[in-house]
Amino acid sequence: MKFGIVTFPGSNGDYDAYQAVAESLGGKAVYLWHKEDALQDADVVILPGGFSYGDYLRAGAIARFSPIMQAVSRHVERGGPVVGFCNGFQIACEAGLLPGALLRNDSLQFVCAEVPVRVEATGRFTDRFNVGQVLALPIAHGDGRYVANDETLDRLEGEGQVAFRYVSRTGDVDPAWNPNGSARAIAGITNAAGNVLGMMPHPERAVDPLVSSGDGRPLFESILARVGA
Amino acid sequence: MTRYRVAVHITPRTGILDPQGRAVAGALHALGFAGVHDVHVGRHVVVELAASDAAAAEREARTMCERLLANPVTEDFAIATIDETAGAA
Repeated sequence: MKFGIVTFPGSNGDYDAYQAVAESLGGKAVYLWHKEDALQDADVVILPGGFSYGDYLRAGAIARFSPIMQAVSRHVERGGPVVGFCNGFQIACEAGLLPGALLRNDSLQFVCAEVPVRVEATGRFTDRFNVGQVLALPIAHGDGRYVANDETLDRLEGEGQVAFRYVSRTGDVDPAWNPNGSARAIAGITNAAGNVLGMMPHPERAVDPLVSSGDGRPLFESILARVGA
Repeated sequence: MTRYRVAVHITPRTGILDPQGRAVAGALHALGFAGVHDVHVGRHVVVELAASDAAAAEREARTMCERLLANPVTEDFAIATIDETAGAA
């Protein structure tokens, strides 16, 4: 079982992701340069955080044309798992792997903070959490406001595709605890097939209790358990 | 083939919160422009291309907007101008 971590020009979360899966969890991981056209037999693809292509045009808009993204799309079509954190979520939306889009935070401020995030559904990425569990996860973004039309939002909710939501520390949805103005306080979603997860918070920066809550760790444990070590 | 310069306006879709536009509207109010009731901040993209005629240039620019320049989930676009430019393509 091997993680493939894509490095785009401007990625800055690729090393964090590598550190999380390879050093902290003892998994196998390889970096995939954006110009490669194959996944080096990676079983799980991570689209990391950062500012791919300088966020030119729109966050994530140019990265989807990188050669590696063709291989990522084929991997998704075959049912292979892909997770996108932060810029990776934006890229997944722009590439059509996930519905909706991520726009400028309603505050117009870049937000860098540890925020409470509630687990909304369990699935192949979230098995090791409990539904309703409130995690403390770091966010660091200027364009994190999730937007989709009402029909799409209703479908996401109805099909259990909302994976994570911004909540108060006591686990309640409250506009005061929505850090970017996301529709229905959505922090992370999965695709209809359940093999693509996109989320603005950074679980890969929260695996080691020495420097974080450690609350992101079960996400990677869920993946390892499902795909097999 | 003729060379054209096509200008495209891309704006946030009506009904989707535009915090940038709202902030600019607030600043204009602060400057005393009391009549301002809304501002939308978008992008202006100029594409220079070769096409058989102006209609073909516009068609191509629309396709570019649909596929890349605008995000169909959150943005609207309009072709602002199409100008023939000097020089054979």
